[in-house]
Amino acid sequence: MAVLELRPAGLYCPAGDFYIDPWRPVDRAVLTHAHADHARRGHARYLAQRDALGVLRTRLGPVSIDAVGYGEATTIGSARVSLHPAGHVLGSSQVRVEVGGETWVVTGDYKLDPDPTCVPFEPVRAHVLITESTFGLPIYRWATPGRLFAQIDDWWRGNAAAGRPSVVYAYAFGKAQRILAGVDASIGPIVCHGAVELLNHRYRESGVALPPTLTVSGPAHAADRAALAGALVVAPPSAQSTPWLRRFPDLSDAFASGWMQLRGARRRRSVDRGFVMSDHADWPGLLRAIAASGAPRVYATHGYAASLARYLCGQGLDARTFDTREFDAQYSGEQDEPPLAGEGDAPGTAPSAVSDGTGDGTVDVTDA
Amino acid sequence: MREFAALYRALDSTTSTLAKRAALAAYFRQAPAADAAWAVYFLCGGRPRQAVPVKLLRAIATERAQVPDWLFEESYQAVGDLAETIALLLPATDGTGTPVPLHEWVEQRLLRLRGTAPEVVAPLLVGWWDELDAHERFVWNKLITGGFRVGVSRQLVVQGLAEATGLPTQVLAERLTGEWKPDAAAWQRLVDAAEGAVPPGRPYPFFLAHPLPGPVEALGERNHWAAEWKWDGIRAQVVRRNGETFLWTRGEELVTPRFPEVAAAVAGLPEGCVIDGELVAWRDGRVAPFALLQQRIGRTKLSAAVLARAPVACIAYDLLEHGGTDLRQLPFGERRALLERVVGALGHPAVSVSPLVDADGWPALGALRLEARSRGVEGLMLKRIDSAYGIGRTRASAQGEWWKWKVDPLSVDAVLVYAQRGHGRRASLYTDYTFALWHEGALVPFAKAYSGLTDAEIAKVDAYIRQHTVEKFGPVRSVTPKLVCEIGFEGIAASPRHKSGIAVRFPRILRLRDDKRIEDADTLDQLRALAAAPS
Repeated sequence: MAVLELRPAGLYCPAGDFYIDPWRPVDRAVLTHAHADHARRGHARYLAQRDALGVLRTRLGPVSIDAVGYGEATTIGSARVSLHPAGHVLGSSQVRVEVGGETWVVTGDYKLDPDPTCVPFEPVRAHVLITESTFGLPIYRWATPGRLFAQIDDWWRGNAAAGRPSVVYAYAFGKAQRILAGVDASIGPIVCHGAVELLNHRYRESGVALPPTLTVSGPAHAADRAALAGALVVAPPSAQSTPWLRRFPDLSDAFASGWMQLRGARRRRSVDRGFVMSDHADWPGLLRAIAASGAPRVYATHGYAASLARYLCGQGLDARTFDTREFDAQYSGEQDEPPLAGEGDAPGTAPSAVSDGTGDGTVDVTDA
Repeated sequence: MREFAALYRALDSTTSTLAKRAALAAYFRQAPAADAAWAVYFLCGGRPRQAVPVKLLRAIATERAQVPDWLFEESYQAVGDLAETIALLLPATDGTGTPVPLHEWVEQRLLRLRGTAPEVVAPLLVGWWDELDAHERFVWNKLITGGFRVGVSRQLVVQGLAEATGLPTQVLAERLTGEWKPDAAAWQRLVDAAEGAVPPGRPYPFFLAHPLPGPVEALGERNHWAAEWKWDGIRAQVVRRNGETFLWTRGEELVTPRFPEVAAAVAGLPEGCVIDGELVAWRDGRVAPFALLQQRIGRTKLSAAVLARAPVACIAYDLLEHGGTDLRQLPFGERRALLERVVGALGHPAVSVSPLVDADGWPALGALRLEARSRGVEGLMLKRIDSAYGIGRTRASAQGEWWKWKVDPLSVDAVLVYAQRGHGRRASLYTDYTFALWHEGALVPFAKAYSGLTDAEIAKVDAYIRQHTVEKFGPVRSVTPKLVCEIGFEGIAASPRHKSGIAVRFPRILRLRDDKRIEDADTLDQLRALAAAPS
């Protein structure tokens, strides 16, 4: 019997009678991280990494959550379960499940690039690896964080010198904090949208150092305008073209996402700049992580799963895709391709019942 | 190349006309003459022929990127642009080589690639790629594939030039018209403060009309306006100077040898004469369908059979120069009177003056417009009797000068059956659709349409396609028939090459019909009936 199998409610472990990131209500859910498409409401009992607790509480309300530290093994039924850093967002984990000497690892979402807002990815040896493959094409290669933040800083500095606010759209949970921690905060004041600031609190509570941030509300005064002219404004994508932005006249805007790698996607976004910034592994990152797991058998899921699996087969691995759509007709999200617009990331406000996988552009979904 | 690539990036990353103009001006201020000449060439839509065959280019890039062929193809499908795919797949470099100026990239490199043996091309390309960073590679690849396009109009280029040089836009626009030889001397002549000698064959910038934005009555009194049929052909200028004839299309392509019967017919025009008109297929003393003219487009070798099957004539609209004098500032009515005299004196059946459409008052004219389709025209042109001949598509003023008043398109409700991903701004999105109509109980594909939906609608249709894919054939997906769209088009012709037996002209999506079920879609017979019925 397989250690993990796909059931209508999600990825299931028969030996431990639990699910990993299930999309239908179940008795016991082990979560890789607190993004809404992985941490859904309605399960009876949750298990998650300790750092994810704050965000989960905000999103799920008063439910039963067992919090564990990285590397701490728990026994559920006859399965040994432990969580290991995935480097995706605060509290993000790979789930290691060992049953009768066979080890399966579910990566959840992950990245290998250094990120001061979360514990770095740690490779875990496995017999079978279930890896995400959101950016599973070789066209997706990220610049180093140093180079990326130099671009963002240059853009902000240039705008500030011209007396213009710099508005960057980024997912409120994870991406936004990574930007805050990475930019040169000496350039000017930083303003966060309310949805972002809520998550900033959770990060600060967990001991992640973020530069001071301001929030703005109520009617905009002339004095505020002058003060905010050189500010960096971090807002969720759903804030684009909302009245909230009116307090930042003559703004320059940018979108931070891995999808910005493609010119077509940048142009569709109709922002001044597209920063290629993802909390997912790029193509070389996926290959490195897979190699480091030592797993001879790999399942790819999300995004360009078929391409990654085919490539791995060519490299001598036993690789396949994991097409979750077949198992859930309600699962309305497109799995194998990039989201159109990936809107909305206001925590707690997204209708989690329709949260879908990788985003059809309507709900609070993955941060790519 | 570095500066030119930076200019491309600046133009590509903003939608602000002001910012684009500033970027153009900044580039032209600093660019050496030989580079600026090439920049003008590319920005105005000039394209050297494909320097390296696509297949070879792909093979070299695939090998250099060390990816399997299928993965290159998958990547290309996701990116939707070959030049960009290659730029993204090549191994990273810092692009720190000694910068080579644009004109050398083009003259010493690009133009020498064509026809070079593959085994010579490969190491050259690889070495050159290594000199460039990812963005510069993209622009360079665009030049190689002949697909260089950036969102600036010729007018905007002219404005940028004006800002950089201080010369009036009118002077620059005229100097730019005609054939542009991209070298330092041409650039010097372009930006020379003093007017130099005009090349003999140079046409005038074309004056273009805007679509009529509101009710025709808003134009004021009918008798201030001349109405003509809007002929369906190729807009062209006939230039007759120094005993030579030049035929220019609106795209400023010199096409004299492609239309020998027209060139011969206008040889009898007086010296120093420029006519603006339309090249149309011409049979039995009247205009024939555009489909016939299409047999002549793009053909450089003309057999006697082709010439006999698809003869071409010129319908004259306007007289821009007479006796060597520029008439463009005269009122249209006066120019036209002179035109009638000139064409009358020529007395050749292949050249005629576009007749005025007589109708007293707007309602009567509107009634005639409805006959457009059965007359084989696209609608009406309305020109103010006192209008000068302007430049380009100048911003429409409240009264306007020239308007096109086209007939509404024909339309049917059709079912979306296949989809393919788009290119450029629509890369990775399913935006290219095939539509079908009912015939004997089955849906038969009849047209492809790409345009007409808003971004929000595209997002919706894209999501539908992804979730309702039945089969994938390479880049094409067949989908469960459910979406109904109203498809507009300009005309219908029999076509043995189409499964439906019918080809429609300019198909586009008029709107999504969420209110319709597929059973409500139209049939092929209904489409055929539209062709027959007077509109």
